[in-house]
Amino acid sequence: MLEIRNLHVSANNKPILKGISLSLKRGEIHSIMGPNGSGKSTLAGVLAGRQSYEVTDGEIIYEGKDLLEMAPEDRAREGIFLAFQYPVEIRGVSNMYFLRAALNAIRKHRGEEEVDAMDFLALVRSKMKILHMDEALINRAVNEGFSGGEKKRNEIFQLAVLEPSLAILDETDSGLDIDALKTVAQGVNALRSPDRAFLVITHYQRLLNYIVPDFVHVLAEGRIVLSGDKSLALELEEKGYSWLEKEPVG
Amino acid sequence: MPTETQQIHELANQEYKYGFYTDVEADAVPPGLNEEIIRLISEKKGEPEFMLEWRLKAYRHWLTLEEPHWSNVFYPPIDYQSIIYYSAPSKQAKTTSLEDVDPEILDTYRKLGIPLEEQALLAGVAVDAVFDSVSVATTFKEKLAELGIIFCSFSEAVRNHPELVQKYLGSVVPHSDNFFACLNAAVFSDGSFCYVPKGVRCPMELSTYFRINAAKTGQFERTLLIADEGAYVSYLEGCTAPMRDENQLHAAVVELVALDNAQIKYSTIQNWYPGDDEGRGGIYNFVTKRGKCAGANSKISWTQVETGSAITWKYPSCILQGDNSVGEFYSVALTKKRQQADTGTKMIHIGKNTRSTIVSKGISAGFGQNTYRGLVKILGGAENARNYTQCDSMLIGDKCGAHTFPYIEIKNSTAQMEHEASTSKIGEDQIFYCQQRGLSAEDAISMIVNGFCKEVFKELPMEFAVEAQKLLSVSLEGSVG
Repeated sequence: MLEIRNLHVSANNKPILKGISLSLKRGEIHSIMGPNGSGKSTLAGVLAGRQSYEVTDGEIIYEGKDLLEMAPEDRAREGIFLAFQYPVEIRGVSNMYFLRAALNAIRKHRGEEEVDAMDFLALVRSKMKILHMDEALINRAVNEGFSGGEKKRNEIFQLAVLEPSLAILDETDSGLDIDALKTVAQGVNALRSPDRAFLVITHYQRLLNYIVPDFVHVLAEGRIVLSGDKSLALELEEKGYSWLEKEPVG
Repeated sequence: MPTETQQIHELANQEYKYGFYTDVEADAVPPGLNEEIIRLISEKKGEPEFMLEWRLKAYRHWLTLEEPHWSNVFYPPIDYQSIIYYSAPSKQAKTTSLEDVDPEILDTYRKLGIPLEEQALLAGVAVDAVFDSVSVATTFKEKLAELGIIFCSFSEAVRNHPELVQKYLGSVVPHSDNFFACLNAAVFSDGSFCYVPKGVRCPMELSTYFRINAAKTGQFERTLLIADEGAYVSYLEGCTAPMRDENQLHAAVVELVALDNAQIKYSTIQNWYPGDDEGRGGIYNFVTKRGKCAGANSKISWTQVETGSAITWKYPSCILQGDNSVGEFYSVALTKKRQQADTGTKMIHIGKNTRSTIVSKGISAGFGQNTYRGLVKILGGAENARNYTQCDSMLIGDKCGAHTFPYIEIKNSTAQMEHEASTSKIGEDQIFYCQQRGLSAEDAISMIVNGFCKEVFKELPMEFAVEAQKLLSVSLEGSVG
């Protein structure tokens, strides 16, 4: 469903991604690991359509379409979801209202009817259970005054409601204590489906104990230097990232 | 299918054909201002002697004043001798068909979902002669009259209730108050009058009537609202639809009086024509609004949503004279294109245990300049006075401006003051976050701005809160670049 071919990306004229190629199929979970500054979040941002990057070469095909030609909102409506590393606060706009507007924008795009308030409430309640969300949280303003853990959980909750085809998790584990990490991972696992692909970006192997990936890719200095299965993550945990720079690129 | 609207238009056009317009012409006075003009205005309106005297007193004082320029707004000099100070209301209806109205305005009406009949009225099309508003108003009036509530035009009040007018006129905004208020006192054409007697709670929002009549409100409008002991009234002026007017200068005065235990809630939605992209042709809205909490335990609450006019200059204020009285000011002011707004409030604490709350939300987009100017004054006798001020500004784009001038004067050491202020820019991060969830940039901005204004909107009567939100969204269209 997603083909990234020879992707080169710069920010402020500085090359960050230097030729990434990656292929994701429905039902798969891919993990991108790598040290700080390797370009992990840039990759997530480019996929979601963040404006501050310049694609200098390569292409991204999503469901047969040229993704780089699509506006960020159209990517979202076509089923791409990014769980933000730093979720944004929106004052005075309730989570409920925000999510319903988002869901209806997506439904409208698909030619479906807008969901009414009652049906939406039922949907939200069922998804809240998966994430063990407090009902009070969804009536509060979007991420306003949320703790770090609550924000991350709220991202996964949104994911659950919007049911995307491709979910990108950008360092969702950062800043989470072990209990919050488990809850978030549980939520993600509950959302695994043969129709949905995940791209899980993380610095630490820890998260992958709970969300078990099909493939692990190591990103270093803007290139994928190694790919493997879940055992690669454990190897990285043991050896760290520094040995990779000495290995010949495979 | 001949709809009612078509019929209205046909009738309206017909009337025009038969010289309706000429009749009106004869009923106007020549441009310029002098004592003779003022006598003429007073005479045409059939006013009693005290009104003429009051007008003349104001005029003579006005001659000694100079136009103030301390506000943070800029405009070319106004020629006060070129203004026509009196004309019959329907003189304003120069347009005879909706087809003659600026398509941009019509487009906005459509987006706001305003019925066609009302569109015509708002745009100043000459249908007032046929429109059904008179009967609507009459029905309301009968209901109000049963409760002893007087709600009528200012002219009617002068004729039918001169004792009330004489007692309260100028008691809050004196004839000599400021340049524009003084001018208004000399030449005001008409406006609204409301008196709610002791212990009566006005059972309806005084809004529908006004909404229909809003299109006819003049250039120098005057409103006087009195809530007698224990009375309650909620009043709404203006409407969300952009209103066109041939007169560029608007200098209105609103006076509110709340006696013991009375409550007045005054809400405004102002959307006068803001001018074109270069700021040409917009209304100068120089308004004096003030309420006096004359009695103990009284309360006056101002809520305003200001999105129109080229220049807005207004400070709805409260004089908290009665012990334990409460003053509130909730404001949303949006400036876009070349609009300028200098708005805020004055809370004057005189009585003991008086409390005031100020919540101001300024939004600037395009080349808009938005200024909050507020004064909180605690006089020596105001034991245990309290004020809470929250003043937030939001910027959209990088060519607009937000300014804040809070003044505080405290003469009593028991006063408790809180002041919070913030300035934020709608961040690309916020917009991107919304877009990533499937919302367009425009919807994102509208959502973010409405969230920003929520604390003010919740003070509006329910139906108008919904309209105000819609208005803000429509007003912000095209502000993402």
